[in-house]
Amino acid sequence: MKAVDIDGLRVVRGGRVVLSGVDLSLSAGRVIGLFGPSGSGKSTLIRSIAGVQSRVEGTVSVFGAEPGSAAARRAVGYMTQASSIYEDLTIAENVGYFAALRGADVGSVLERVQLDPWSGQLVRNLSGGQRARVSLAAALVGEPQLLLLDEPTVGLDPLLRRDLWSLFRELVSEGAALLVSSHVLDEGRHCDELILLREGRVVAQLTPAELSRRTGTDDLDEAFIRLIEAA
Amino acid sequence: MSLARTLATARRVLLQLRHDPRTVALIMLVPCVLETLLRLIYTHHRAAFDEAGAPLLAFFPLTTVFLVTSIALLRERVSGTLERLLTTPIGRLELLGGYALSFGLLAAVQATLVSALTLGPLGLRVNGPVVVLVVLAICVAVLGTGLGLLASAFARSEFQVVQFFPVIVIPQLLLCGLLIARQRMPVGLHAISDVLPLSYAVDGMHHLSRQAGTSLALWGDIAIVLAFAAGALLLGAVTLRRRTD
Repeated sequence: MKAVDIDGLRVVRGGRVVLSGVDLSLSAGRVIGLFGPSGSGKSTLIRSIAGVQSRVEGTVSVFGAEPGSAAARRAVGYMTQASSIYEDLTIAENVGYFAALRGADVGSVLERVQLDPWSGQLVRNLSGGQRARVSLAAALVGEPQLLLLDEPTVGLDPLLRRDLWSLFRELVSEGAALLVSSHVLDEGRHCDELILLREGRVVAQLTPAELSRRTGTDDLDEAFIRLIEAA
Repeated sequence: MSLARTLATARRVLLQLRHDPRTVALIMLVPCVLETLLRLIYTHHRAAFDEAGAPLLAFFPLTTVFLVTSIALLRERVSGTLERLLTTPIGRLELLGGYALSFGLLAAVQATLVSALTLGPLGLRVNGPVVVLVVLAICVAVLGTGLGLLASAFARSEFQVVQFFPVIVIPQLLLCGLLIARQRMPVGLHAISDVLPLSYAVDGMHHLSRQAGTSLALWGDIAIVLAFAAGALLLGAVTLRRRTD
């Protein structure tokens, strides 16, 4: 079974068509990158799969279940674009709470996002990059089968970004399905598969190698521009 | 329903409060200061203090818990944690149950503290059993949680949620029988007061302050307050939308 199946997805927000005619199918075991300029509909697509987007037309299924249903919620770990963690709790208390909601232990999640030395710190005293990792840890805890990560690497330093992409690689090798969005096209080289979104439509779903071949450049930013201009 | 997720939520809310000792101190101290003020106002009118003191023991937990709960849930909405929670296995009623439990517990401590002060050092005279008085105050606090959660469902900002206080709580204060016995109000207003939960809490408090022992009417008042609390929680769960724009 596919991790995510989307057929004819269309979303209208505030009178504007944000997504239109989106057909996608996502498999487990691959790092799937969702790329596109801001406003292209990345977050709305992720929210539709997470089951929190209203006025969704078309069909979306998560391991065969309706998004937002109890079965789908057991399968999904969702990291929103805003950090969406509790400012007035420590790192360990935040992650511990989300673990308890899944009936799981915190386990090694804090080590994996390199926050274990600070686990007793209140989130309100943390830097932006640290908060993003607490938020990521809250999504990873309990080993969900489908990870939806909305711009997890934004604002992080290059070293940390590299470490997170290798963490994502580890997670999919353990069997998770992973959809990660970013507006930095260059990060596409870490992915097995790229979904390129523009103005609410899927421009292409292909591997980085296919993208280079089709556009005749190894520079992913340039490749995306050429792909859009050709379309 | 999972009790574990409800308890985890209650624990999380209490941990948040532990990191905010000033709020806890205000919740505990402010009603004590107000009851003391009331006692001082009625220094030469002891009977009037006995009349108003007990109903206000029900009113204070309602106000503090209503405000704290409605703002706490609004903060969840604004910060995005609510959206994240709604993608996890926790159910909406389990989430609200966790809130009711934690703030109910907080209010229980508050009600016990204010009652101890008012019945002890301030010398409020009641004829009914003191334990039942404290139980009724705690029930009103749970009602405050329910109403607060419900109010926050209709607010999109802090400004809006605070405005629900004069809309939801103040009319109940005016109509509950504290200012004038409900039977002496115009028929229409009396009918409105019949469908407001604080009226039954104040009826119960009047019963406790005037009559010895308990009665079916008193337990009925307490049951009605709890039924309103449960109704508000259920309605809050129904109005909590998983999908938003």
